[in-house]
Amino acid sequence: MSTEARAEHFPAVDWEGGAFPYRVGHRKLGMWLFIVSDSLTFSALLIGYSYLRASNVWPTPFPFYPSIVFASVMTFCLLSSSLTMVFGVSASSKGDKAKARKWILATIVFGTAFIVLHLIEWQHLMHQGLGPFYLPDTWIKAFTTTEGVPPTALFGATFFTITGLHMFHVATGVIYLAVVAARVNKLKHEDVEISGLYWHFVDLVWMFVFPLIYIMSVDMTGQLAKLPH
Amino acid sequence: MTDAHAHVDEHFAGSNKLFISIWIWLVVMTLIEIALAYFEMSHVIMLTVLLGLSIIKAALIMAYFMHLKFERLSLILTLIPMLVVCILLLFVFFPDSFRSAGLRYQFKEPPPVAPAPLEEP
Repeated sequence: MSTEARAEHFPAVDWEGGAFPYRVGHRKLGMWLFIVSDSLTFSALLIGYSYLRASNVWPTPFPFYPSIVFASVMTFCLLSSSLTMVFGVSASSKGDKAKARKWILATIVFGTAFIVLHLIEWQHLMHQGLGPFYLPDTWIKAFTTTEGVPPTALFGATFFTITGLHMFHVATGVIYLAVVAARVNKLKHEDVEISGLYWHFVDLVWMFVFPLIYIMSVDMTGQLAKLPH
Repeated sequence: MTDAHAHVDEHFAGSNKLFISIWIWLVVMTLIEIALAYFEMSHVIMLTVLLGLSIIKAALIMAYFMHLKFERLSLILTLIPMLVVCILLLFVFFPDSFRSAGLRYQFKEPPPVAPAPLEEP
C-alpha cells in the first residue's frame, strides 16, 4: 500500500507542481490576476497624479477638520473591515457558515460607513467650490505663488478620479460581499476566501491613496487658514 | 476531478490573535502617517517616509490578510515581481514632469500680447 502511494506521488515530486502548480484553484488564481491588473490601474492613476503634481503649482488645502479627521476615520473603517473579513474567512474555513456570515455582514457595515463618510467629505469640498475642473476662489487666492502663478485646477480632476474610482471599488465590494453573505451556505470555502481577497485589495489601495492624496495635501503652513474670511 | 481537488489546500492558516496584532500594527502605522503631516519637514523626506510605511502596510495586508505568506512560493513569484517591474516602468514619466515644471512661464513680467492672427488669404 505504501509503495503504491509513493509511486502515485512521484510525477508531482518531479517538478513539485503537479496539476496545481500554485496550489490554488483556478478561481482564486483568476482573482489574483485581476488584483494585479487592477493595482496597475491604480498605480497608473497615482503616478499620473504625481506627474501633474510635480509639474504644476499644487494647492495643499486640507484642514485637520473635516478632511483629515474624516479620512482617518475612513481609514480606520477600512482597516477594521479587513480584520472582520479575515475572521469571516477563518470561520468559513472551519465550516462555521453562520459565523462567517456574521463577520461578512460586519465587513459590509464598515464598508458602507466608509462610503457614507467619503460622500460627506466630498460634499464638504464641493460646498467650498471644488469641482473636477475648477478650484474654490479662496484656494486660488491662498496658493497663488509670489510670482503670480495660480494653483492648477487639475487638483479636483485627480482627486475626484482617484477617490471616485476607489469608492466605486468599495461599493462593488459591498455588493459582492452581500451576495456572498446571502449565499454562504451554498458556496465553497474557496469562494468566500476569494471575496476576501478582493476586499483586502480595496483596503490595500486605500493605504496608498490616503497618504498620497490626503496626508500630502494637508495645509501645513496654514496658508488657507490664514486667509481673512 | 475530486482527486485533483484534494491537492488544493482548504485550510486557512493563521490565528485570530495573529490577525489582531497585524491590525494593531496597521492602525499604529496609520497614526504615524497622520502625525507626520503636522511636523515640519521637507516634502521629499515626508513622501519617502509615507511611501515606506505604505509599502510595509501593503506587504502586511498581502502577507497575512490576503494569505500570501501561506501560499506556495511559485504563486508569490508569479504575481509580485511583474507588478513591481510594471509600476517601476511607469516612473519613466517623472523626468518629463520635472522638465515641464521648469518650462512653465513664470509671469515675472506681464505676459506679452499675442500678435493678431494673419488674415486668411
